[in-house]
Amino acid sequence: MYDKGKVVPGLIIFLALVLSPIIYNGMSESAGVVPELTYPAGETRCVESKQYMRENHMQLLFDWRETVVREGNRTYVAEDGKEYNMSLSGACLSCHTKKEEFCDRCHTYLKVKPYCWDCHIIPPQLPKENV
Amino acid sequence: MSMDRRKFLKVAGVGALGLAGLPASRLLAAGNPRFKAPADGLQGERWAMVVDLTVGAHDDAAISACHKIHNVPEHANPRHEVKWIWNTDYKHAFPGLATEHMPVQYREEHSALVLCNHCENPPCVRVCPTQATFKRADGIVLMDFHRCIGCRFCMAACPYGARSFNWVDPRSAANLDEPGETMLTFPTRSKGVVEKCNFCAERLARGLEPACVENSSNGRMLFGDLGDPGSDVSRIIKSKYTIRRKQHLGTEPSVFYIV
Repeated sequence: MYDKGKVVPGLIIFLALVLSPIIYNGMSESAGVVPELTYPAGETRCVESKQYMRENHMQLLFDWRETVVREGNRTYVAEDGKEYNMSLSGACLSCHTKKEEFCDRCHTYLKVKPYCWDCHIIPPQLPKENV
Repeated sequence: MSMDRRKFLKVAGVGALGLAGLPASRLLAAGNPRFKAPADGLQGERWAMVVDLTVGAHDDAAISACHKIHNVPEHANPRHEVKWIWNTDYKHAFPGLATEHMPVQYREEHSALVLCNHCENPPCVRVCPTQATFKRADGIVLMDFHRCIGCRFCMAACPYGARSFNWVDPRSAANLDEPGETMLTFPTRSKGVVEKCNFCAERLARGLEPACVENSSNGRMLFGDLGDPGSDVSRIIKSKYTIRRKQHLGTEPSVFYIV
């Protein structure tokens, strides 16, 4: 190989630069920490199963929003037959009372920024029957 | 895998049929049995309102009740004003109907309570490029704030000036900058979104009348179903002389005035 003395150190420096974010994150405290969601006290099920909510909550909320605003439906019948008021502030956040421990926990981890709360109101203590 | 021409065409044909079925499956999804209308909601064929301008002067109670429950921002700068329902001069509410020969109390002092007319032929709905504004089956011209891109075509199209644009973040307004002061039952809007009266669609869904009607003084406002001949609004419109704003434009407003 020609110019071995230059190519090999160059490759090593290149790899070190490219891999530095991965190495840095691997050594930091948050490495391997995956956000853990727990049910609110006394609850064992969300509107749908944990797996469904984890994978599809965004689509579920989108469908809720469309049907509430555009079709005037307000009640959601879950898989198990239970009925829920389709409301972000009034239903989701009445159970998961702390947004920081619910929405933000995963969204911050994944660096996604939904703009729900630009308009919707984070309830301090919202009575359940409200919209 | 090898495939002859005949087999390929067969598969492609069946695939194309499947694609044609897509819109149908979407239509089916629209009638999702998992979504139900509220049981105690008010149902109507065409919601309408009658405002009696012969009773008393301004109706500030109705205005403030509406603006409070819908988190309408009160900006200090008048150029940022957002309003859903407001008082205006008779001559401005009904241009062409006020003459200089009228008694001055009608022409200048007589004020009219105006709001979105929830037209039968709403020009705002025709121009909206995203269908953020749409007309419901019960006649309410509603806004889906999620979809509004702030182009303001609707504001240009509305002959009644019923729409306001959020030039600044509504939560920066003095009445909404503290979470405690924000009513929790209705979202605010965000900067760059148009808003207007929604005939209290969220209250109708809970079986309540619009907030302005509930809070109006002297019973000057009535709300009801124009499709029901026995409703109060139908009876009044059938028996009394009522006018609508800019009738000649053909938008067919649902707000009637007794003058």
